[in-house]
Amino acid sequence: MHTLRRFGSTRQLTNLAMRKVSTLVLAEHQGGKLAPATLSAIAASKKIGGEVTLLVAGKDVAGVATEAGKADGIKKLLVADDASLEGLLPERIVPVVLASQRQFNFTHIVGPSTAFAKNVLPRVAAKLDVSPISDVLDIKSENIFVRPIYAGNAIQTLLANDAVKILTVRASSFDAVATGSNIVPEAAAKADGVNQDTSTYVKSEISKSERPELSSAKKVISGGRGMKSGNNFKMLYDLADKIDAAVGASRAAVDAGFVPNDLQVGQTGKIVAPELYVAIGISGAIQHLAGMKDSKTIVAINKDPEAPIFQVADVGLVADLFKAVPEILQKIDGYRSK
Amino acid sequence: MALRILVGCKRVVDYAVKVRVKPDHTGVVTQGVKHSLNPFDEIAVEEAVRLKEKKQAEEIIAVSCGPAACQETLRTALAMGADRAIHVEVPDAEYATLQPLHVAKILAKLTERTKANLILVGKQAIDDDSNQTAQIAAGLLDWPQATFVSKVELQGNDSANIIREVDGGLEHIKVKLPAVISADLRLNEPRYATLPNIMKAKKKPLEKLTAKDLGVDLAPRIKILAVEEPPVREAGAKVEDVDQLLAKLKELGRI
Repeated sequence: MHTLRRFGSTRQLTNLAMRKVSTLVLAEHQGGKLAPATLSAIAASKKIGGEVTLLVAGKDVAGVATEAGKADGIKKLLVADDASLEGLLPERIVPVVLASQRQFNFTHIVGPSTAFAKNVLPRVAAKLDVSPISDVLDIKSENIFVRPIYAGNAIQTLLANDAVKILTVRASSFDAVATGSNIVPEAAAKADGVNQDTSTYVKSEISKSERPELSSAKKVISGGRGMKSGNNFKMLYDLADKIDAAVGASRAAVDAGFVPNDLQVGQTGKIVAPELYVAIGISGAIQHLAGMKDSKTIVAINKDPEAPIFQVADVGLVADLFKAVPEILQKIDGYRSK
Repeated sequence: MALRILVGCKRVVDYAVKVRVKPDHTGVVTQGVKHSLNPFDEIAVEEAVRLKEKKQAEEIIAVSCGPAACQETLRTALAMGADRAIHVEVPDAEYATLQPLHVAKILAKLTERTKANLILVGKQAIDDDSNQTAQIAAGLLDWPQATFVSKVELQGNDSANIIREVDGGLEHIKVKLPAVISADLRLNEPRYATLPNIMKAKKKPLEKLTAKDLGVDLAPRIKILAVEEPPVREAGAKVEDVDQLLAKLKELGRI
């Protein structure tokens, strides 16, 4: 039995060496729009090498597919549009991914590290008996990947032995591919024998916001426990609107009920790396830093000069935020580049 | 169907510890460092105990995979209210490359052994940050999955109404049991184990098994090539007032 198994895996390796690298990217979309994270996942897949196929799955996704077909760097666009895929339940999306995998025998399956792909891809991995690799920051070769562990306090480089590599990639680590192509969508292979009884999509409560989406925004303004109440976040929204920024928050601000949980930046919330990150009334716990320390410029406003946030801030201001933020609001127009 | 819950309990470096990378770049320093129950698993245990307190669950079985020290972690879960524990001992050498796939296979096998019909785990362990075990276990068992869950409401004894935390807001789904659920931060506030309960936990049954007993192959799927410190940010400067702050940002071209 053991000898057999070893023989089997050697053969698998030989096959792999001969197999041409090809990647399937799982498109992320929400509210009928392609998520920018998809374009970053395509960029990561181009780094692996080989042909890239994009799969758009969902209900009424014709619009998303048209948008997706513009992405540079993809060779093929597969579309699975079916009413049963409403709500993108993993029990129904996974068979669709597997059907495409059976058809084309991809060496890599990639998605962005978003709630959707994190939910779906490990289940795909279970079906293929491979070990998925989460939140990849860099791709060294077709089987060597770099990822953060311990809330980003250590960076691991690993060699993946499995025949199929399943990756989620951190969108902020890969520059989105351009959009100028015109790929014609094809129908994806049909998934068969899907049990639709085990899970049911009921509804979504999506927070409406006119501001840029947090994980892809170029500027982010975040508030922490120091904001003292949800009402005080109005100051941050006003400031965000002035400079076209997204608003984020620390876990403390979410737990205190100041803002909804989808604004949380950190190890277990969103990971952002904007050009400008302004941390207001945030002490800078390890778990929060994990979500924002790759930002290009970090600004901290905190009345405690010893707050750990100042150790990562490029520009720090020790001040009472209730004085500083209104003053910034008042003066910022005078400093803005025209 | 009476609910029997398998709850995953990983022993991890305590969340408050600032980890250090080993000088030989093989991993992080874990010896002599405070460890505790993974915070998300604490939330999973709490939810299981609450279901039992509401008389919706019959038995809670805490499971941990890893070296002998995992038994302390299991005692914590027992002190919180788990009925019994299973320690699947994995020697240090194999533990270094133990991945969610392996753990999920162990959990899947244990559902047969214990007749469990609900697996409750944390959404991710704060050491490897993988966020995979629940999804893989559900895939292996062909059970529905409810991940990043902030509310569980059992409907009768064969399904659950779930609220999930997703990008952009919340999502409501319904899953049939048996199922796998992964806990997000806001599912509940875990209780502290009281001294009398810690004493009682010492007498609760703890079964020891190996992966081999369960027929699970722990062959490594990855090779760790290096573990390094993240790049250090250059220290910034403090400014005196709002004008200096804005001037600096203008100079950097950020506003």
